[in-house]
Amino acid sequence: MSSQDIPEENLPAAQDHAHGSVKVADEENPFADPGLPPHEHRIQDLDERAAKRSERTVALLFTVSMLATVGFIASFVAIPVDKSVYIWPLGHISALNFALGMTLGVALFAIGAGAVHWARTLMSDEEVADERHAIEADAETRAKVHADFKQGAKESVIGRRKLIRNTMLGALTLVPLSGVVLLRDLGPLPGTSLRHTMWSKGKLLVNMNTNEPLRPADVAVGSLTFAKPEGLEEHDEGFMNEIAKAALMIIRLEPDAIKDKRELEWSHEGIVAYSKICTHVGCPISLYEQQTHHALCPCHQSTFDLADGARVIFGPAGHALPQLRIGVNDEGYLEALGDFDEPVGPSFWERG
Amino acid sequence: MSTTANEAPRSRGKAPAGERVADWADGRLGIYSLAKANMRKIFPDHWSFMLGEICLYSFIIIILTGVYLTLFFHPSMNEVTYHGSYVPLQGQLMSEAYASTLDISFDVRGGLLIRQIHHWAALIFLAGMFVHMMRVFFTGAFRKPREINWLFGFLLLVLGMFTGFTGYSLPDDLLSGTGIRFMEGAILSVPIVGTYISFFLFGGEFPGHDFVARFYSIHILLLPGIMLGLVVGHLILVFYHKHTQFAGPGKTNKNVVGMPLLPVYMAKAGGFFFLVFGVIAAVSAIATINPIWAIGPYRPDQVSTGAQPDWYMGFSEGLIRVMPGWEINFWGHTLALGVFIPLLIFPLVLVAIAVYPFIESWVTGDKREHHILDRPRNAPTRTAFGVAWMTVYFVLLIGGGNDLWATHFHLSINAITWFVRIAFFVGPVLAFIATKRICLGLQRRDKEKVLHGRESGIIKRLPHGEFIEVHEPLSQEQLHTLTAHDQYRPAEIGPTVDENGVERKVSRGEKLRAKLSESYYGEESQIPKPTVEEYKEITSGHGHH
Amino acid sequence: MKKLSARRRHPLAALVVLLLALACTGGLYAAFAPASKAQADETAQSLAIDEGKKLYAVGCASCHGTGGQGTTDGPSLVGVGAAAVDFQVGTGRMPAQQPGAQVPKKKVIYSQAEIDQLAAYIASLGAGPAVPSEEKYGPEGADIAKGGELFRTNCAQCHNFTGKGGALTHGKYAPTLEGVDPKHIYEAMQTGPQNMPSFPDTTLSEQNKKDIIAYLDAVNGDDTVEPGGLSLGGLGPVSEGLFAWVFGLGALIAVAVWVAARTAKAKKS
Repeated sequence: MSSQDIPEENLPAAQDHAHGSVKVADEENPFADPGLPPHEHRIQDLDERAAKRSERTVALLFTVSMLATVGFIASFVAIPVDKSVYIWPLGHISALNFALGMTLGVALFAIGAGAVHWARTLMSDEEVADERHAIEADAETRAKVHADFKQGAKESVIGRRKLIRNTMLGALTLVPLSGVVLLRDLGPLPGTSLRHTMWSKGKLLVNMNTNEPLRPADVAVGSLTFAKPEGLEEHDEGFMNEIAKAALMIIRLEPDAIKDKRELEWSHEGIVAYSKICTHVGCPISLYEQQTHHALCPCHQSTFDLADGARVIFGPAGHALPQLRIGVNDEGYLEALGDFDEPVGPSFWERG
Repeated sequence: MSTTANEAPRSRGKAPAGERVADWADGRLGIYSLAKANMRKIFPDHWSFMLGEICLYSFIIIILTGVYLTLFFHPSMNEVTYHGSYVPLQGQLMSEAYASTLDISFDVRGGLLIRQIHHWAALIFLAGMFVHMMRVFFTGAFRKPREINWLFGFLLLVLGMFTGFTGYSLPDDLLSGTGIRFMEGAILSVPIVGTYISFFLFGGEFPGHDFVARFYSIHILLLPGIMLGLVVGHLILVFYHKHTQFAGPGKTNKNVVGMPLLPVYMAKAGGFFFLVFGVIAAVSAIATINPIWAIGPYRPDQVSTGAQPDWYMGFSEGLIRVMPGWEINFWGHTLALGVFIPLLIFPLVLVAIAVYPFIESWVTGDKREHHILDRPRNAPTRTAFGVAWMTVYFVLLIGGGNDLWATHFHLSINAITWFVRIAFFVGPVLAFIATKRICLGLQRRDKEKVLHGRESGIIKRLPHGEFIEVHEPLSQEQLHTLTAHDQYRPAEIGPTVDENGVERKVSRGEKLRAKLSESYYGEESQIPKPTVEEYKEITSGHGHH
Repeated sequence: MKKLSARRRHPLAALVVLLLALACTGGLYAAFAPASKAQADETAQSLAIDEGKKLYAVGCASCHGTGGQGTTDGPSLVGVGAAAVDFQVGTGRMPAQQPGAQVPKKKVIYSQAEIDQLAAYIASLGAGPAVPSEEKYGPEGADIAKGGELFRTNCAQCHNFTGKGGALTHGKYAPTLEGVDPKHIYEAMQTGPQNMPSFPDTTLSEQNKKDIIAYLDAVNGDDTVEPGGLSLGGLGPVSEGLFAWVFGLGALIAVAVWVAARTAKAKKS
């Protein structure tokens, strides 16, 4: 590296001849550092009345802070937690939150303002220069440390007794593995759980809103309905994990508006059921535009054409929404004809 | 009980109590030698040097309010039925975490205020760190000997982002749950190990019952613990290196000019803590943040439009929103590039700014200490790089909020997405070129000012009828300030043949450095500062303009 | 006919029509009251249909066709029902002014009586949802919390958590629900205006709709308490971030400038 170092003369000349002492103008070099300008006095330094005024201002600010703290405690005691109040332009807000926040804000701000005003007007404002010292040690210290280190290393015999060194490194490398192994029980292995949902042949499609199984007649063209599998209730232990995969979006199209052949096959009288979980990163996609038949994801704007096999027409999603094959059972209710054909939700390595 | 033991306290007894306590402490801690070096430490006055203090103080405020919040928050995902005082959620099923956050907001007196202070302070903390970092960047304060402190600061920013993100996720509301879902999807996109990481993080399938408790310990213990250590290290280094200062009369690379810590900065910096806390408390009194009650409890089948992370994660949101949906299937595997590429670019955006100081020091080959700050115009390439980086960052922020841009400016969301896709590549280039030109223009103006004086605005008519504007010569202070900056010469590849006539191999790195150096300091990239000779030549023939 | 249509655009025309309609119905009612009430209703209905047909011919037929069968400029209105008319005309969306991504809400140009007549006419073209009566969308008997859950499942994805609206594809948008008449919200759910899907009673029951409307009133009404202070548009983290930068950090930088500024020197003052 040193042979490639940039030569010193390429670097600009150091310009640190002055040390902050007050210097006279340099006739030879008009750009030379004239040194610190002479100190000028403030009004407060010369006029005791002005200084007194400053003192009173500072004291007033500290007093305001004390009063505000009293106000804070009084508000805390006096204002009920659920009382609301109309304050323009904030609107209807919690009286307690506003009172506590403002009194605390004033109490703190006034202390700060007092201290800063004190520093600015009454404490000495004479600028002083402090010398810097090089961070680097001098050559002597450097040599001493190097020598000490070498001696220490030599005395430890680590260089000579290679067996000790190597086994020690081995032991130190292995010992953190225990910590890694301990993390194993953070969760189960994925297995095939991401491939399956609760849907299976014969499961009824239950309306999310009314909790009743859906009939084909319930679903009108242009309408949007969300469904869950029969037997999944909101208070179930596993509800969250199951609904995160099984949520359905049900729409009805005119059968001749369906462009995709498989979509038509898997539908029932134009009723199609798609996974509500976006194939991008799993947001519940459901911004359905009934005239264009497009569904937009509110999180990252992936857009799917629900009349064309839910293929991606815009945005970051990588593949179409999985469709659930549906039919009607003997009692006239919509039912699933099996699980989804492919994993729902975001892509993952093993998805294939 | 001996006489000597009795005598010693008596002689000391005359000293004031404070002095005696200090003596006692010094005998055990050696505080006097510490105070000798630091009590009258000098700090320069400049508003931009207080940006770091905004960060420090908001960090302290976050810790104070955070400790209070832990007293009431239940980091549990057990399902409970809500019976608290917020009517529109009564009887709803929700996690204990969400229910306890509602209790903090509606039933604990002052709980809402502390929650809002905690969250507002977090947003301001990260905004402060961003601005502080930009100040350090554009003034070149990251140069030797402060590179390590630059990295400390950078780590604080990144850790702050993740501490914020984990905290935002704790209430288990619909908005933050959507954010967690996004995170899960992003992890799943990682080749080979993605599903395993996700299952270990969530204790099984998403959302499971574990992540709030796990994020809780990360949010209140692990990350803030590391950050606290880094903050202490950051401050020690600031003390040790002493503060940088702008060029000016009396200010050199070997001194620091300003006011002493005791008393002026004790009062100013101490007072500033209260000012920061006061402002944040007032903000929290007048503006709602993260009204989780209006958002509702998390359910994986529900969502709201306008689902965004807090602002500091906004650029990653932009990356993920504008990425095209690429996906490759091969040999029974899926590579979700549409998610994985943004996941890789996200750290790269941050690392780009973090490694810049090392690139610059390699290009200049300058190994000296720098304590005088650059004016951004005097380092055009660096300034242009910084502006280009900020352009990328803000373009991505636009992408992250594309739905709100669409509704508020009556635009098409698809058009905004396309704009961001193009601007992500074109924007920084244009910003780089424009910034460099502006910097050179400003350098020219400075040179003009030094050589010909300040335009006074006074128009004079000469005897022969010509009108001229009177230029006032600058004072020596001003002349010095405007000419104090360093100007490098481009590094050249040294002689390729050594003294024995043997050809030396010129490494690729060396060639690259010469090229970079040329683009940094070549004729195109800086205006030579006026010399004394030029100045004298012009001023000696006074009257010429 | 031309003269008549010109007069119909007169600002007072609506009033005249209304008075005429009232006089007619009142007079007819007086005449037929002793007879069966159903008959009176029927007659009033057919009168309204006639009036509505005239209004339709002037204001709507150019796009929707003379018989409501639809043209390339406007969809068929057969079977959309009175609720759709009451919503579209009652919120000023119809008659549309200019083509665009979406027909926006505007100033309403028809009186409620005229809207009712138009609705009666369209309803006569084919069966469709009727204009809901007030007890259907009133607050009595509504479960606000259930309404919130339903809103988050069915509506929030487009209209935002508290109904502030949001973006759809290619410049379309879900409008804000703030200040929208509960009747119109009910009708929108029933009929699915423009690109909004419909939520018929078979999948979102009448009680469900009532709950949703009550929830919206609770979280987005005029008297809704926002305990924390300014709601910043209710838009979530983007507006919060903007506020933190501009007012939070902005105020702190202003304070920092004061803290670091030089105190005035004596000689300058």
